[in-house]
Amino acid sequence: MKQKLTKWRLFTAVGLLALVLSGCGEPFLSTLTPAGEAGQTAYDLMMLSTWIMVGVVIVVSILFAVAVIKFRRRKGDKAIPKQVEGSHVLEIIWTAIPILLLIVLAIPTVIATFDLADTKAMDKKNEDGTTDALVVNVRANLYWWEFEYPNQKIITSQDLVVPTDQKVYFNVKASDVKHSFWIPAAGGKIDTNVDNVNKMWLEFDNEKAAEADNLFYGKCAELCGPSHALMDFKVRALPQEEFDQWITAMQAVDAEAAEEVPTDPTAAAGQEVFNQKCLSCHAVTTADARPEAARTAPNLANFGDRELVAGILAHNEEELKSWIKNPEQYKPGNKMTGTYGELSDQELDQLAAYLMSLKVE
Amino acid sequence: MSTIAHTQKRGFAGTVWEYLTTVDHKKIAILYLLAGGFFFIVGGIEAMMIRIQLAVPNNDFVSAGLFNEIITMHGTTMIFLAAMPLLFAFMNAVMPLQIGARDVAFPFINALGFWLFFFGGLFLNLSWFLGGAPDAGWTSYASLSLASEGHGIDFYALGLQISGFGTLMGGINFLVTIINMRAPGMTYMRMPLFTWTTFVASALILFAFPPLTVGLFMLIFDRMFGSGFFDVAMGGNTIIWEHFFWIFGHPEVYILVLPAFGIFSEIFPTFARKRLFGYSSMVFATVLIGFLGFMVWAHHMFTTGLGPIANAIFAVATMAIAVPTGIKIFNWILTIWGGSIKFTVPMLYAVAFIPSFVMGGVTGVMQAAAPADYQFHDSYFIVAHFHYVIVGGIVLGLLGGAHFYWPLMFGTMLSEKLGKVTFVLFLIGFHLTFFIQHFLGLMGMPRRVWTFLPGQGLDSGNLISSIGAAFMAVGVIIFLVNVVITQVKNVQVGRDPWEDGRTLEWSLPSPTPYYNFKQLPLVRGLDPYWIEKMEGKTEMTPAEPVGDIHMPNNSFVPFVISLGLFIAAFGAMYHADEGKDWAIPVLIIGMIVTFGAMLYRSIKDDHGYHIHKEELLDESGKGGAV
Repeated sequence: MKQKLTKWRLFTAVGLLALVLSGCGEPFLSTLTPAGEAGQTAYDLMMLSTWIMVGVVIVVSILFAVAVIKFRRRKGDKAIPKQVEGSHVLEIIWTAIPILLLIVLAIPTVIATFDLADTKAMDKKNEDGTTDALVVNVRANLYWWEFEYPNQKIITSQDLVVPTDQKVYFNVKASDVKHSFWIPAAGGKIDTNVDNVNKMWLEFDNEKAAEADNLFYGKCAELCGPSHALMDFKVRALPQEEFDQWITAMQAVDAEAAEEVPTDPTAAAGQEVFNQKCLSCHAVTTADARPEAARTAPNLANFGDRELVAGILAHNEEELKSWIKNPEQYKPGNKMTGTYGELSDQELDQLAAYLMSLKVE
Repeated sequence: MSTIAHTQKRGFAGTVWEYLTTVDHKKIAILYLLAGGFFFIVGGIEAMMIRIQLAVPNNDFVSAGLFNEIITMHGTTMIFLAAMPLLFAFMNAVMPLQIGARDVAFPFINALGFWLFFFGGLFLNLSWFLGGAPDAGWTSYASLSLASEGHGIDFYALGLQISGFGTLMGGINFLVTIINMRAPGMTYMRMPLFTWTTFVASALILFAFPPLTVGLFMLIFDRMFGSGFFDVAMGGNTIIWEHFFWIFGHPEVYILVLPAFGIFSEIFPTFARKRLFGYSSMVFATVLIGFLGFMVWAHHMFTTGLGPIANAIFAVATMAIAVPTGIKIFNWILTIWGGSIKFTVPMLYAVAFIPSFVMGGVTGVMQAAAPADYQFHDSYFIVAHFHYVIVGGIVLGLLGGAHFYWPLMFGTMLSEKLGKVTFVLFLIGFHLTFFIQHFLGLMGMPRRVWTFLPGQGLDSGNLISSIGAAFMAVGVIIFLVNVVITQVKNVQVGRDPWEDGRTLEWSLPSPTPYYNFKQLPLVRGLDPYWIEKMEGKTEMTPAEPVGDIHMPNNSFVPFVISLGLFIAAFGAMYHADEGKDWAIPVLIIGMIVTFGAMLYRSIKDDHGYHIHKEELLDESGKGGAV
């Protein structure tokens, strides 16, 4: 038996080693490489609790291993051990020590809980109703995300763009079923409820963002239907200057700009197809004045700049065409399938060319 | 006359009829074991499908929608239809014997509880063949469960409602039994820990299941009868469902784990030949865990947006549970400290339980730190945590308990050799599967994802996890082989087969007589049988002279009452469909069957029968001494 136990422990040790070698995950995704203050707060607490708990596990395991090895029954041993009732001193010790450890953990927990919930800056409104703080309204929909910048009056989707080195405040909600808004590297998640708006803030360090190539992965963390696993989004964290440029460029895509016919004839033909088949759901202006309920599909004003098609496919015309041809194959249960009829191969080519031409950068 | 010989004489059909109508707690225990074991296998197959699907990125072993059905049914089956009934099997088999009772307080309700559970579970699983299983997760959060198409969620709500009635009845029955039917001298503070944990878990059932019942009724009404409790457009609120579910759901964790603690609290003293260290603090810790278990449900909802005040309060309350749990762990260690440990298979499970469960417990405390939980929540870290608690605590308890109590239930011993093989494979597989999942979660893998894209650093971790699952599966298969071989060989063992039994159940001859105790035993302290053995006796001192024993008659009524609800559920479910005019009549017929059976039971007096003193004395003359 002793041999088996050592083997088992060896096994765990090998497993641990494998983990150390595999590191902390990818910097654009892992909670173990926090990219800013909110993520760091959570990370610090995670580490504090982990070390306390590793200590507990080690102490318990050693005590336990000693007991198991020392007091095993020898062959032919018929002795009856002394029947001990208990010990008040020991009872008090192992009640008191955990309480002390928990106090050590509880104080930073409570402080951090209130820090991370501090969104007062969102309520400080200027006279025109805008805020000095950067606010993004996040709306989660069955398998896509909408990001509205109310102060800048622009709307985009799938790729969230944020400035580095400042707190970004979020209003989050869902328009169909409950989802959860999570950028693991940047900080904790918050549910997007159908009942109410939740608020939170995140911050992206300029240096940390550079380490992740300025691109973080976002996830839906609450089961929301068949394609829950594919409800990814991307976060581009840009230095303030580039962010401001992006905002200006986005604001330029107004109704007038959107009606301009592309110079490329294929794309121009694609625009016509788009206007017939897609425009009733997908907007191509960033200043979409329609009410939320009417915005039933992702805004495509800067589609050509996006990282991925539909959040999951490589960003090129081939993948885009396969997606439009049969979205059900890629995101089962999505709301786009079957809403625009059959498209010929020629129409698909034209549409893809047009969509890829929608760029602001 | 042994129970087994009793049934063997009847032939196969007779045996089946005996089990369909039995009200004997020992036979109901076997029914729970069979049904729970069956659902455990079903849930295990679902688990294997999950791990096959997630072994490699972009896998297409199952489709997205089917995957959601599998995870939902895996969770629901394992919690409601496997873990709970299997624990009920041991409670039924052991608890009445431990307190020196001839049966539970309400044998009829005991049978009714089983059949309600069974038909509820059957109904739920029929969803696989009737248009698709529920797909909104075992938590079935309201916005998604209302949006879910087809009848999957209806199967979930109705099936759990029926089986929940059974569980509630079982819990009340155990409470009454323990309060009223203890043998002379069996005071509360002399009750074995397994009886204590059964007692506290039953109290938790009594208070935790009604919120679930209410929540499920609301869900049933919203989906089938046009109400709007959870429909925001109609002024409803989905967060209410989360509260209902977790006010039930968190105590449910303790309903499951406390009896497992109880099993280990029996195994440790037996195989260390030493009384449980700190008995009264163990009892106190059990009660405290049960009490605190109701104060912490919102830690499942830290990311729901309850605000920092609620989150901070529930965070601190949750941490507090670590204290009584820690007390238990240290008491177990001190129990074996200074003992004389014999490594039988049940003891191996108990030994493996301590480090495994501690690892699950400490990650629970880590999640209590709300801001850290914003990261852990709904990630694979959580999956790792609750599997460490449930598999490392409850399933190890069930496997250990199965080996430990097998001779009590069947009169035979499971093979120690095969048992050890199962143990090693299962334990290695368990840690291999779930340890790595902590890190997958920390690296950003959300739970309940049917696939994942390559290039996110998640590939090798998932593969390792799937390999571990295969080890567990092989371990369980060998366990089943062990069971079959043991029962085919059918080598009967005698009284006190582990030789170091301490509590009353081991004082009985094997197989246990169908009336349990010919004379109620006199309990003179904690571990009553041990006390007698230490004084050189082989049996308990009787507390009464041999007299007539009043026994309940078998009854087919529990089966019929449950069958009626089972039929009615189909009517309720299909009545909203177009062109299914037969649904309402089916609903009514089902209700008539149920209420008719209840009326029959109420009107027809059934006084049971008596085993006469002479028969009892006769039997002891034939060598069946008690």
